[in-house]
Amino acid sequence: MVAAARLDETGPIWAVLNEVSDPEIPVISVVELGIVRSVEPDRVVITPTYTGCPATQVIERDIRDALDSAGYRHIAIETALSPAWTTDWITPEGRTKLHAYGIAPPTRSAVHCPQCGSADTEEISRFGSTPCKALWRCRSCAEPFDLFKCH
Amino acid sequence: MASLPPIDLPSNATGEGAFDSPALEEGPALFEYLLRLGDDSLILGQRLGEWCGHAPSVEVDLSLANIALDLIGQATHFLGRAGEVEGKGRDGDALAFRRDVLDYRNCWLVEQPNGDFGRTMARQFLFSTWQKLLFRELLGSKDELVAGVAEKAVKEVTYHQELAGEWVIRLGDGTDESRRRIEDGLAWNWRFVPELFEMDDLAAFMAGRGIGADLAALRADYDAQVAAVLAEATLQPPPDQRPILGGRRGHHSEHLGHLLAAMQYLPRTYPDATW
Repeated sequence: MVAAARLDETGPIWAVLNEVSDPEIPVISVVELGIVRSVEPDRVVITPTYTGCPATQVIERDIRDALDSAGYRHIAIETALSPAWTTDWITPEGRTKLHAYGIAPPTRSAVHCPQCGSADTEEISRFGSTPCKALWRCRSCAEPFDLFKCH
Repeated sequence: MASLPPIDLPSNATGEGAFDSPALEEGPALFEYLLRLGDDSLILGQRLGEWCGHAPSVEVDLSLANIALDLIGQATHFLGRAGEVEGKGRDGDALAFRRDVLDYRNCWLVEQPNGDFGRTMARQFLFSTWQKLLFRELLGSKDELVAGVAEKAVKEVTYHQELAGEWVIRLGDGTDESRRRIEDGLAWNWRFVPELFEMDDLAAFMAGRGIGADLAALRADYDAQVAAVLAEATLQPPPDQRPILGGRRGHHSEHLGHLLAAMQYLPRTYPDATW
């Protein structure tokens, strides 16, 4: 757990953020997605995934709501563009959850079907249902699936 | 007929274009430069959005809409920063929705009508190849936001260029009809390419300040990348045509006004509407 590892005063804030899920992929949290860049007692710095991702505004609002509800109204949310977000920042827990949800996690080697595990897969379309995903299919079980693109 | 009195030239006149070229100042120049960057992305994003629900297949529909999203994301950042630099209380939305044609600073290429799928993909390939090279240069911009957007967007734009390039190859090396269409698309868009590399006073000023890019220096790389894809597509580059310039100074084709009419209708009809 990312949040549990933080023993300083920001630990409880990380715990709150770890409960905020991504609006497009609700099985993973904003922390697991790697968009929370730093947490300090008075501010949280986040970074957008894709420049035009429409979820960005929803994520900021959801984080605001979660912080407010937990009594952290004084904490400011700041957005940083640099360094640019990369899928390398998705945590191991996040990757496991993506796979279990039916989305192949980003990989630089063979893409495995999240349904049957086969590596006999092919790309159907370079873009999927959101900017961060591509559409693939499995030649073993014939199921289509989303691949979280390496970015 | 009485002769006209002599014209008194100001003492700092250069003798060429003196009345059209007041000295540039960093703030207003940066505002103009941000409009150029933001308007390119905004207008092409709107154009691609017109394909939504009309593309040849659902996969292509998704691709074009997602590229449009990336571009509109870039525009949101650039125009937001332009509003800050201007300091007159206009935000990104005000700049997008309440400027008229003559105040837009995008290049001619992005405002061209979609035409058929071949023409759209030719335009995308020619634009994204340029934008990728531009953003690579802007990674080192002294303006923090420009550098930050460039860093994020260069990965996305590389993907746009690859996708469009693959379509140029598939159409060019495809059937007689697909080949004819991509040839026509390239021929249509070709005359708007030189404008992308135009270094006017403002572009040179911003490059000199370390904020903007030296566009002319990108041309050799651009030509090589375009030539490589055309060769793989078994296509000949179209013959060079007389270049069309002026978008950066507010001169546009008649198409931009029609695009803005659709894009700006709602905010102009219902000012400050929220939903």
